[in-house]
Amino acid sequence: MLDTLQTFMNDYGWNLLVLIGFSLLLLVVLLVIIAFLLLMDRKVWAAVQMRRGPNVVGPFGLLQSFADLLKFVLKEPIIPSGSDKVVFLLAPLATATCALASWAVIPVNENSWGRWVISDMNVGILYLLAISSLGVYGIIMGGWASNSKYPFMGALRSAAQMVSYEVSIGFVIICVLLCVGSLNVTDVVNSQKTGIGTHIGLTNSLFDWNWFALFPMFVVFFISALAETNRPPFDLVEAESELVAGFMVEYSSTPYLLYMLGEYVSITAMCAMTTILFLGGWLPPLDIWPLNAVPGIFWFLIKVVFVFFMFAMVKAMVPRYRYDQLMRLGWKVFLPLSLVMVVITAAVLQFGGFLS
Amino acid sequence: MASALFFYLFSVLAVASGASVILTKNPVHAVLFLILAFFNAAGLFVLLNAEFLAMLLVIVYVGAVSVLFLFVVMMLDVDFAELKAGFIKNAKIGALIGGLVLVELLALVGYKGLAVSPVMSPSSPVPAADSGITNTRALGEILYTKYVYYFEGAGLILLVAMIGAIVLTLKHRKGVKRQSISAQVARGPATGLEVVKVPSGGSVIPPPAKHPEAAE
Repeated sequence: MLDTLQTFMNDYGWNLLVLIGFSLLLLVVLLVIIAFLLLMDRKVWAAVQMRRGPNVVGPFGLLQSFADLLKFVLKEPIIPSGSDKVVFLLAPLATATCALASWAVIPVNENSWGRWVISDMNVGILYLLAISSLGVYGIIMGGWASNSKYPFMGALRSAAQMVSYEVSIGFVIICVLLCVGSLNVTDVVNSQKTGIGTHIGLTNSLFDWNWFALFPMFVVFFISALAETNRPPFDLVEAESELVAGFMVEYSSTPYLLYMLGEYVSITAMCAMTTILFLGGWLPPLDIWPLNAVPGIFWFLIKVVFVFFMFAMVKAMVPRYRYDQLMRLGWKVFLPLSLVMVVITAAVLQFGGFLS
Repeated sequence: MASALFFYLFSVLAVASGASVILTKNPVHAVLFLILAFFNAAGLFVLLNAEFLAMLLVIVYVGAVSVLFLFVVMMLDVDFAELKAGFIKNAKIGALIGGLVLVELLALVGYKGLAVSPVMSPSSPVPAADSGITNTRALGEILYTKYVYYFEGAGLILLVAMIGAIVLTLKHRKGVKRQSISAQVARGPATGLEVVKVPSGGSVIPPPAKHPEAAE
């Protein structure tokens, strides 16, 4: 028995412990960063509206997110008597788990120590697509299990909305993959070391990244990412002016906190995906001395925060879409556009061959 | 050893959730169990090193098909008493079909034997495990060369099904006011504004509005 345990530990156990350690490290760092991103979201929103935003808890309101966390955790969770209790509590858990799971394949750096990623699987992009398509379940389950009208309306909207925009996200990713030739997420970043920038004389510069070569797809991906994560102007799922708070009406305390957490984790995951697919991941913008000496992880973080800043600015500036406008944009504008771009990209790669 | 452990975990969960799909009374719970079964099937694919198929299973079946199942089932108003009455009425037909399937299965097992031979005879060469060719690449190289006509044929059949579904459900309703965004954007002071001189003491009857969408 002891021998079997010994072999098991030698074969799998230590790897498992190392894996758990790295996962916990990523989780803690990610959650701390998200606490401050949430504050940044509210600060940007406030600044656009010429308010101060949260400024009471801690210096400049820096501890506001932690105060909110304590407030939600210490409140009493209320479960409606007419609800389906198991599904009602399972739904926020599903949202948070799916959102966190997507970070398993996102690489944050690559240097002489190796690739800074939990799981370097060779179908990483497909895994990200699969996990982001699961985000809809938390919303549908929560909306249905609440057994109430507004949550149900929100759930029905979310089902249609997220399935629609997944189609265009899929085609955009296909465009990028055509240029890359691999489904591995780290390979996607490494392939952006050469590109159009190399051909115009700026080697290893920001013009090598995919955003320059595939600019229309970059825009489509950014807008679809807003819709996929239910961010304003596409937050029809919660739409506080018509559905009160949509699928979250009946939620309080920790289940509500899990929904919020899941939402922000999936937003950061989408920001990281934008960074990896289009903004060159951890690559420096110019291959000159002070810039290329900065460790890649900082470039990755700066780019993710920049994309998140754009998310926050859109939230502050753009009014909410109407539902039929949302569907029109998804199916009649983005779908044909991305489909045509797949054909164009494939044709350019086949007959021109200068992108790769 | 670990893979055997996970094999039993995934297969037990898959069979149990598959059984729950037909045993549970609430149709929404049934769909949720179906999703769990899909997940475990994907896990089994991963254990077979077929991670491409596993991801495809999750994207297509869990991400799209089951969402639509859930969408439809959630909107049904299910009366359980009525369902049970129908159960007794249709039990004979159900038993007949179930019995037929059981006989077929038993005949197949009797003919082939229960033990499935682990040595398979693939119709295409399998790349060696250490050749560095991922199964995504191997699958693509077979699909787009040897089976390209079947692949394109399957695509055409799906296209026909999609067009058929659109044709069956598309109907042009009269009198629906649709938004024309280009017309709205093109509207300026010249077309949207009218200055009317009102004679003192008199009145002006406004002409009917000339909205672009009213022309339909």
